[in-house]
Amino acid sequence: MNGAIELDFWDIGFAATIVVGLGILLAYYRLGVTRTLSIASVRLVVQLFAIGYVLKFLFAEGKLSYVAIMAVIMLIVASREIMARQKRRLKGWRSFGLGASTLFVSSFAIALFGLLVVVKPDPWYLPQYAIPLLGMIMSNTMSAISLSMDRLTSALHDNRAIIEQRLALGETSREAILPYLRDCIRTGIMPVVNSMATAGIVALPGMMTGQILAGALPTEAVKYQIIIWFFIAGGVGFGMAAALKLLEMRLFDERQRLRLDRLS
Amino acid sequence: MGSTVWSMIEMTGEMEGLNIQDLSFIEWEHLDLSVAESEVVCLLGDSGSGKSLLLRAIADLIVNEGEVSLWGKRRESFSPPEWRKRVGYLAAEILWWEETVDLHFSKPLSREDLDKLNLPHDAGEWAPSRLSMGERQRLGILRMLDRSPEVLLLDEPTANLDENSSSVVEQVLLDYIGEQSAPALWVTHSKDQAGRVGHRILEMKNQSLTELDRAVLTK
Repeated sequence: MNGAIELDFWDIGFAATIVVGLGILLAYYRLGVTRTLSIASVRLVVQLFAIGYVLKFLFAEGKLSYVAIMAVIMLIVASREIMARQKRRLKGWRSFGLGASTLFVSSFAIALFGLLVVVKPDPWYLPQYAIPLLGMIMSNTMSAISLSMDRLTSALHDNRAIIEQRLALGETSREAILPYLRDCIRTGIMPVVNSMATAGIVALPGMMTGQILAGALPTEAVKYQIIIWFFIAGGVGFGMAAALKLLEMRLFDERQRLRLDRLS
Repeated sequence: MGSTVWSMIEMTGEMEGLNIQDLSFIEWEHLDLSVAESEVVCLLGDSGSGKSLLLRAIADLIVNEGEVSLWGKRRESFSPPEWRKRVGYLAAEILWWEETVDLHFSKPLSREDLDKLNLPHDAGEWAPSRLSMGERQRLGILRMLDRSPEVLLLDEPTANLDENSSSVVEQVLLDYIGEQSAPALWVTHSKDQAGRVGHRILEMKNQSLTELDRAVLTK
């Protein structure tokens, strides 16, 4: 029960025939996603092989400074992704800054907590633990932040006339946008809550499956999966709350006027 | 001696009603306007001339600069929600967002108010989608008055109403203005209405306000 079955390039090639077949089918019916699918498949292969070598190097070196550099790169890429997914962005680099700061505070804090208090590898920044842990928390937090920010800006934009009339009746800016805020928080956190509620019944979570394939005992693998979900829920919830709060502060000014002119 | 009298006049001038000095917003600059208690100032002007923007700037709903005060107290000394509660702004198109009409009001709709505006007694329980244009407008006026504003900023309050409802609404508004000694700025397209309800009539044109002669207008 030690180590997974090794795959060679032929194995990957056989697996790829499935996607090639799908691409041909989609092209035949002119559904127009073949191009996107092939680009995504190529990106998948290139990116994962690259990260495989990077991680191999990081694990061999095991230096804190390298782990930190890796973490910063992940943060920058994720923040750029948050910005890219906004239909209406804040002017300048503020969407990037807002995404980066809230992502940083929530996911780094929780990953540190996980490493120092819960998992306690030796040294605490052991890349085999630190990088996957941070990556899982950050990717989920990134999705939640970008989704909820996008929804809030769209909701305020679409309902600006209603918000203005609510303000005119003497409501505070918070009261005037509360229904939209609630909706955004729901949208952001529901995927996590649903995954937690169905974990193990409908789907075996990816990380746990990976550990089992690599030869770990299922009873041990589930423990990791449980703490990971708690960390993800925390990262998603805190990150989103911070991002929405900052966005709200930006979209209303000191006289509680709706400032959609601050969106580009 | 003379200068003291003048400064006293200035003082009392500022204490009265709604005072606007040097108000600027978007392309409009340095507008001055004052409305005394119980006074109705009508605002005429082509669409796009900035009448609605002026009302929204006074209610502090859009970015603006300048001195706005009510009974001598500066706008900045109120919190924004407090200011907007005092300064009742009625938008040209009234929107509804809750499940029922009632939920938009701070207290239950009174039968008396509904009667005054020829509205059905159970209108409060209705879903807003059930309301006609005219009902939306008339209930919108009740919704504004529900917050007991001290000033009225009215953006074409009778635009969606037939002649009969229109005169009822005019009367309800004028009664409120009289009872509460409220200063009112009343945007209208109708010169007849301006002549009927306005103590003074201003025209917004080329980004500035000019007073029209009532006598000429109502001839």
